[in-house]
Amino acid sequence: MNPSHESLAPRIDRRVALRWISAAAATPALGGISFAAETPVAAHGYGPDPDMTKAYQPGELWPLTFSEAQRKQIVALCDILLPATDAAPGAVAVGVPDFIDEWISSPYPGQVGDRKLLLKGLAWLDEEARRRGAGDFVSLKAGDQLDVCQRLAIPAKRTPKEYPGSFFLRLRDLVAGGYYTTPDGMRDLGYRGNVPSIEWTGPPAEVLEKLGLSPQA
Amino acid sequence: MPVVSPKEVQPNYDIVIVGSGAAGGQVAYVLAMEGAKVLVLEAGRMFDPARETAMFQTPDQAPLRGEKTPDKQYGFHDCSIASGWDIPGEPYTNASKEEKRQFAWWRQRMLGGRTNHWGRVSLRNGPHDFKTRTRLGVGFDWPISYDDLAPWYDKAEMLAGIFGAAEGMENSPDSSPGVLLPPPKFRAAELLARDRAKAKLGLSVVPIHRAILTQKQDADRVPAKLHPGNAKAQRLLAENMRMRAQCFFATDCHRGCSIGAAFDSATVLLRPALNSGNLDILPNAMAREVTVNADGKATGVTYIDKVDGSEHHASGRIVVLAASSQESVRLLLNSKSSRFPDGLANSSGLVGKYLTDSVSSGFSAQVPALEDLPPHNEDGTVGQQAYIPWSFCQEQLAGKLDFPGGYKLLVSGGRRLPDLNAATKFDWLSEREGIAFGADLREDARRYYGSIVGIGAQGAMVPNDDCFAELDPEMKDQWGIPALRFHWKWADAELKQIAHQQEMMGAILDAMGGRYRRPPEIQNPIKAVKDGGSVIHEVGGAIMGADPAKSVTDAWSRTWDVPNLIVADGATFPNTADKNPTLTILALAWRAADHLVEEMKRGNL
Repeated sequence: MNPSHESLAPRIDRRVALRWISAAAATPALGGISFAAETPVAAHGYGPDPDMTKAYQPGELWPLTFSEAQRKQIVALCDILLPATDAAPGAVAVGVPDFIDEWISSPYPGQVGDRKLLLKGLAWLDEEARRRGAGDFVSLKAGDQLDVCQRLAIPAKRTPKEYPGSFFLRLRDLVAGGYYTTPDGMRDLGYRGNVPSIEWTGPPAEVLEKLGLSPQA
Repeated sequence: MPVVSPKEVQPNYDIVIVGSGAAGGQVAYVLAMEGAKVLVLEAGRMFDPARETAMFQTPDQAPLRGEKTPDKQYGFHDCSIASGWDIPGEPYTNASKEEKRQFAWWRQRMLGGRTNHWGRVSLRNGPHDFKTRTRLGVGFDWPISYDDLAPWYDKAEMLAGIFGAAEGMENSPDSSPGVLLPPPKFRAAELLARDRAKAKLGLSVVPIHRAILTQKQDADRVPAKLHPGNAKAQRLLAENMRMRAQCFFATDCHRGCSIGAAFDSATVLLRPALNSGNLDILPNAMAREVTVNADGKATGVTYIDKVDGSEHHASGRIVVLAASSQESVRLLLNSKSSRFPDGLANSSGLVGKYLTDSVSSGFSAQVPALEDLPPHNEDGTVGQQAYIPWSFCQEQLAGKLDFPGGYKLLVSGGRRLPDLNAATKFDWLSEREGIAFGADLREDARRYYGSIVGIGAQGAMVPNDDCFAELDPEMKDQWGIPALRFHWKWADAELKQIAHQQEMMGAILDAMGGRYRRPPEIQNPIKAVKDGGSVIHEVGGAIMGADPAKSVTDAWSRTWDVPNLIVADGATFPNTADKNPTLTILALAWRAADHLVEEMKRGNL
């Protein structure tokens, strides 16, 4: 990581990230499976006049509802969908599992469908793991976890509205969206804005050159 | 004078204004600077853009990554509170059940109204836009010409602070020399669009005009131009101009602007007006009715104090409606008396009629030339920077096109602050069998991010008999005030325009080498047209005209029936143009206010 990358980091709540990492590392093979209730979320939203300037944490406005087993599963899936690289942290380290939990626990109607879809999909992954002889998805060997995802990725592209491809597509979209909306994710994407500047001079010469365009007057 | 509660409202004002947005703010500014005692009623709460706006907050600091919810219908960090198309307790209805005949009504319940979350696009209507009946035989002529309004466009632009360039294009007027601030440099996608559209289609991509300070306003010279002979107004305006900072080229104007670089009513209009000592602002006041006396003159406004539900009355010699076009219509229709049984200022029967909105559709493509560009900051003046003005006026005049309304094209692209979908729509671009994840996802995201170019078309709508608002016979809001019922139907002329928009946008993106999953919607334009009200450019309902039998107000925005009642907002527009309405609202409101001042000085009001 380069120094400027580090300078963007403190906005993330590292305590949350570390909690997830330790939870993932300490995963024992569990026999029992528990799921967040599929009942609608009863919590309230933030209302029509929230403090827009405040930085919010998942779980602050409404309770998170993943079971421990589901959290571990999401952490494992985040590690597959967006693992860390030499240059950038992975989805888990920037708090994406918490974001997914916040999303499916949201009291708003837009998230209700995702809640059903994701919880159903997570259960399906455990069933698939049992078909492959493991207790649950988290207990599957890394290679098998990857294989399950690679197989799901194909219907997710070909028939994106059909389950379980629809589940995998939505999960991938939420993980990617959760990741690239963090300062670390933005940096990895190549976003360089959101900093005040005295002047705006347009794209640099190397960009214009690549596009074959002449400099602006 | 200050922000007041119902108890602190003075027994009498010169002017009572309903609404604190572009129109209400502008009228309050002019009248307070001229020494009149002004009361502004605002249905929402006070709002301080300097303290309450979210500017550098990233989406991960918002709940749900800042995505839209019923509580925040433009997203969490958007500068809208207690606002939206659907507000609990404030219903409206649509007469038709048909999907494509719905009108959605945005309300902005906060000090400054819609100027808080506006994109700041500030284009003048052109000469043709005021004379569509004479020129093309459709719609109405305004009772004023472009030349009549041009001086107030200059004034409104100098006060607001607007960037842009002079292009010399037909029906897209230039400002007077020295009025506009310099436009920002184009982004890569905008430069590419300019190059390809010119080379392959002969279309001009030019800098748009927006109410953003790309440099500090000239506080030493502008105030004397705007307030000749009024030393106090000059001093107050100069002070306010010096408090506004130059744009720092980051964060979306829709979030509001804590440094005052982007225009909003509270920062630019209401703050100096308050400092004059002549303005009271009463927040949380929901206007119910304009009251009249036995002579048929307006006497003030009855309102509900939303804090405790109690009803009160504010008295004034002159009443100005600036509540947003349809809210002003609703107020007129709800102001019934034995003298005005069909609502106030409605002897023509035209209050509520001729509701129009921008004729709008969009199209986007992925442009390979923009893939994998070296990462660089493309925030600029976040939002629109480039557009294509309508350039087929002569073809239209010659009858070569099958629709009368022109449209502008807003070109947008670039490496914007990522939102939840910034990296999730790229799977169709790769040959891979499955959706991307892991290293593939990172690779696709970096490669394609910033390579999507979107074009939005916004066109002129001809007023028609199928688009109007009336009172719903049963529905009332939470305060018992009758709600509006909308009627909406896109006419053939507008759908033909949409087909033309789609074809044109496809041609431009083709010229840029764009790839898209579905072709433009040329055959079935009803699928592409955005719903009425969704662009939030609705105007009309109390149109101005030269004939009292065929219009609601005269050329000075004064209602024909009630001489001391002014409609200052977009309700007086006889039609939409292909230009965004706000700048014209500001110019018309200022012109109406100047006329009021003259009439007051003459003793006529």
